[in-house]
Amino acid sequence: MAATRDEIKFLSNPNIGGREKKYCRFKKYNIRHIDYKDPDFLTQFVNSQGKILPRRITGNSLKYQKKVAVAVKRARHLSLMPYVTDLLK
Amino acid sequence: MNQYEVTFIVDPVLSNDEIEATSKSYQDLISNEDCTIVHVNRMGLKQLAYPINRRSSGVYYCVEFNGDKGGIIPKMELALRRDERIMRFLTVKLDKYGVKYNEDKRAGKIGTVKKKEEKKDDNRRGGRNDRNKSASKPAPAKPAVDKPATPAPAAKPAPAVAAAPVAATPVAAAATAKSEEE
Repeated sequence: MAATRDEIKFLSNPNIGGREKKYCRFKKYNIRHIDYKDPDFLTQFVNSQGKILPRRITGNSLKYQKKVAVAVKRARHLSLMPYVTDLLK
Repeated sequence: MNQYEVTFIVDPVLSNDEIEATSKSYQDLISNEDCTIVHVNRMGLKQLAYPINRRSSGVYYCVEFNGDKGGIIPKMELALRRDERIMRFLTVKLDKYGVKYNEDKRAGKIGTVKKKEEKKDDNRRGGRNDRNKSASKPAPAKPAVDKPATPAPAAKPAPAVAAAPVAATPVAAAATAKSEEE
């Protein structure tokens, strides 16, 4: 007797684990300007070594990813963010 | 008419008056060149992310000003570069969104709104990562551990489970096949 799919009882909910679609937060919340003097905000876009995260991870649109990159670089110049580090977050 | 913003770091070893005098001298330099100062933000003593000139902290100033065509910028930057009291500086031309952002920030609109969003994003991101970890790791492990222990009740009763996705079927099929063999 072969069990059909309707008859199978799962031990865990098989619907768990779906990925939410990434989105660009700047477009969603209508943020037009990225402040380089706000290192707390910019740390969301770097990893724990202080490297800028790629778009495929942050989900930013190209337009705002470029602006984020510029803002991070300006913050680094002003020593608000480190160029190289460990355990930033 | 363009709006500019110059941020500079003053040596913290100087006395308070000297620091004030330094920023005042640049404000004078700007206002003497037919430029209007919009706002001076003393961001205060901050810890540097990396040492500059063997200093680990600095006093940050941010001066916003309006100017024609930016003829003043090279003069001002030359003065900043020659000044030993200045550790770093950065001049930026603001676009219309930057101007609006700074106005909103002064009015106190940005700080609160932005922080809320930051927190929301942080929570959301943390939650999703946690869920992914907790969902992806134990899910494949569980059936393998549990099903051999209780093979008969898992396969036999089977009251119609709603919407079983395709991805989960191979595991389940393997499990049922195993129980049938037994």
